[in-house]
Amino acid sequence: MSTTPTGVIGEFTDVNVVVTVAEKLRDAGFRNWDIYTPYPVHGLDKAMGIKRSILTYISFVGLCGGLTTALGLQFWTGAVDYKLNIGGKGFFNWQFSMPIDFELSILGTALFTVFGLFHLCRIPTWYNRYQDDASFQKATDDTFVVTIDADDDRFSATETPALLTGLGAQNVHLVHSTVE
Amino acid sequence: MTVVQEHDRLQASALGEEPIREELVLGNPSMRDVTARIASIVESKITMKYLATLSVTGAMAAWGLFALYYTITTGIGVWGLNNPIGWGWDITNFVFWIGIGHAGTLISAILFLFRQKWRTAINRSAEAMTIFAVICALTMVLSHTGRPWLFYWLLPYPNQMNMWVNFRSPLMWDVFAVNTYFTVSALFWFVGLIPDLATLRNYVKSDIAKKVYGVLSLGWTGSTRSWHHYEIAYMILAGISTPLVLSVHSVVSFDFTVGILPGWHTTIFPPYFVAGAIFSGFAMVLTLLVITREVLDLKQFITLKHFENMNKIMLATGMMVGYAYILEFFIAWYSGSDWERWIFVNRAFGDYAWAYWTMFTCNVVSPQVFWFKKARRNIPLMFVISIFVNIGMWFERFTIIATTLHHDFLPASWGYYSPTWVEISIFIGTFGIFLSLFLLFAKFVPVIAIAEIKSIMPGAQPSHHHHDTHESH
Repeated sequence: MSTTPTGVIGEFTDVNVVVTVAEKLRDAGFRNWDIYTPYPVHGLDKAMGIKRSILTYISFVGLCGGLTTALGLQFWTGAVDYKLNIGGKGFFNWQFSMPIDFELSILGTALFTVFGLFHLCRIPTWYNRYQDDASFQKATDDTFVVTIDADDDRFSATETPALLTGLGAQNVHLVHSTVE
Repeated sequence: MTVVQEHDRLQASALGEEPIREELVLGNPSMRDVTARIASIVESKITMKYLATLSVTGAMAAWGLFALYYTITTGIGVWGLNNPIGWGWDITNFVFWIGIGHAGTLISAILFLFRQKWRTAINRSAEAMTIFAVICALTMVLSHTGRPWLFYWLLPYPNQMNMWVNFRSPLMWDVFAVNTYFTVSALFWFVGLIPDLATLRNYVKSDIAKKVYGVLSLGWTGSTRSWHHYEIAYMILAGISTPLVLSVHSVVSFDFTVGILPGWHTTIFPPYFVAGAIFSGFAMVLTLLVITREVLDLKQFITLKHFENMNKIMLATGMMVGYAYILEFFIAWYSGSDWERWIFVNRAFGDYAWAYWTMFTCNVVSPQVFWFKKARRNIPLMFVISIFVNIGMWFERFTIIATTLHHDFLPASWGYYSPTWVEISIFIGTFGIFLSLFLLFAKFVPVIAIAEIKSIMPGAQPSHHHHDTHESH
C-alpha cells in the first residue's frame, strides 16, 4: 500500500448542512472534489459551482441528425434512387414523411442523450479511487459523502481533514490507494 | 416538503384532522430502511411459491412458442384467417400489447413532467411492463408477416434487388414507430435503473450479485457532478417520450385509418387509440401491482393513494373511449355514406354483436363504479374491474378488425372468422412471456425506484436554505 494518500473523505447526514459545506468548499477554491449523494439533491450542483450541463446541446445534435436522416432517406430512396409510382402518389412529399421524420428525430435525441450522458458522467468506469472505502459506499444508501482528491492544488494531508471536521463532517479520514 | 408545511402537517395530525395530502411512503422509514427493504427482495432466497408460479408462466410461454414454431414452419394457413378476413387475432394481439405498454410510458414520462410525485412508487414496474408488452407485440407482428426470417425486408438497406421499402405505407411507419418506442423505452428504463443498481452493488452480500450489479451499474457513484447531467438527461427522455407515446398509437391507428374501408377510415382513430391504450395499460398495471404489492409486501410504498389515482385515470380514459364509441355512430350517420352507416349498425347488431357488447360493457359500464371513493379504494373490486377492462380493450381491437373485414362491399365476399387452437395458443404464450419476464424482473431488479423514492421523502431536500426553497416542495 502506498503511503501518500489519494484523498480525504467525510460523511454528512443533514442535507441542509451539506449544501452549506458545498458552498464553503467551492469558495475555498477546491477543484478536484465531489459530493456523493444517494439521490439528486436540489440546488447542490449550484452550491458546488458546477457549470450548466452541455447535455441539451448534445441532445439537440441528435435531434437534427435523426431528422436529417429521415428526410434524406425518404427523399433519396423515393424521389432520386428508385422512383416507383404507387397509386399516383408523389415520389416525395413532406406530408407522408412526417411519421418517420418524427420517429427518427426522437430516436436520434434519445440515443445522443443517453450516450452523451454516459460520456459526461464518464461511465462505464470500472475503477474509482474511493471504491473500497466503507464511507464512500454509504453514498448510495443514506449518507452524503464529501471527497477532496489529493491531486488538488490546495490539498494538504493535515489541514484538509481538519477543514472537513470543522465543517461538521463525521468519520473524516484519509484514503490510500489499494492499487500499487 | 418545507419545514413550515411539515409543521402544519404534524399539527393537523395532532389535532386529529386528516393531513391535506396523504403520505406517499407509509410508516416514516429512514433512507436506510428503504434501501434495505427493496434490496431484501433481491437478496431473499427464491421460494417454492415463486418457482411454482414461474414454471406455470414458463409453461404457458413454452406452449405459445411451440404454436409459433408450428406456424412458422407450416405457414399462417394454420390460423383461422380466410379471404375477407386477413387480419384476426394476430393484429388484435399486436394492438392490444402495444396499448398495454402505453401506461408505462405515461407513468414514467407524462406524470414526471406534471411533477406527480406518486409516480415514483410505480414507475419502475410500469416501465418494465412496457418493455415486456412491446416484446409480445413484436412477437405477434413478426409472426403475422408469415416469413419472419425475412424481417429485414422491412428495413431500408441497399440490396441486390435495388429496391427500397415503401415509405408511403403506414405499415412502414409502424415499423419505425414500434422500434423507436422499444428502443427509447428500454433506454429510459435503464437510465432510471443505473443509480439503483449501484445501490444494490454496494448493498448485496453475495460476490456474484456484487459483480453482476457492479457491471450493470456501469460504475455509478452518485457523484453530484453526475447527478447534475443525469437529471437533465432524465428530463429530456421524459420530454421526448411524451410525444413518442402519443405518436406510437397514432401511427398504429394509421394502419387502419389510411385504408379506405368503412369503419376504419375515420379521423377520430388516433386520439381514440391513444386514450384506449392508456386505459388498457393502466388496467394491466393495476392487475400486476395488486398482486406484486401483496406478494412482495410493498404496502408501505404502493399505497391506496396510488391505486386511487390510477383508478381516476382509468375512469377518465374509460369515459374518453366511451365517448369515441358513441361518436363513431353519430359520425357514421352524419357522413351520409350507406357503407359507413351499415357497417356500424352491423358492428352493434351483426354477427359480432356479442364482441361489441362485451367491449362496451367492460370498458364503458364497469369503470363507472370509480365515481365513488369507496370503490376507488377497494382493492378486490378494482382488481376485478381491471381484469374487465383488459378483456374489454382486447375486444375493442377485435371488434374494430373483425367487423370491418368480415362484410366486404359485395355480399359474395362475406365471411366469418374464428381463431384456431394455434392462434389461441400463441395468445396464451404471449401472456406467458409477459408474466415470466415480469416475475424475473420483480425478483432480480429493484421493483421500486429507490433513488426517486428517497428524493421525495420528508426532509430529503434542503429546506431552510436560500437556494430554491420554493422548488423543494
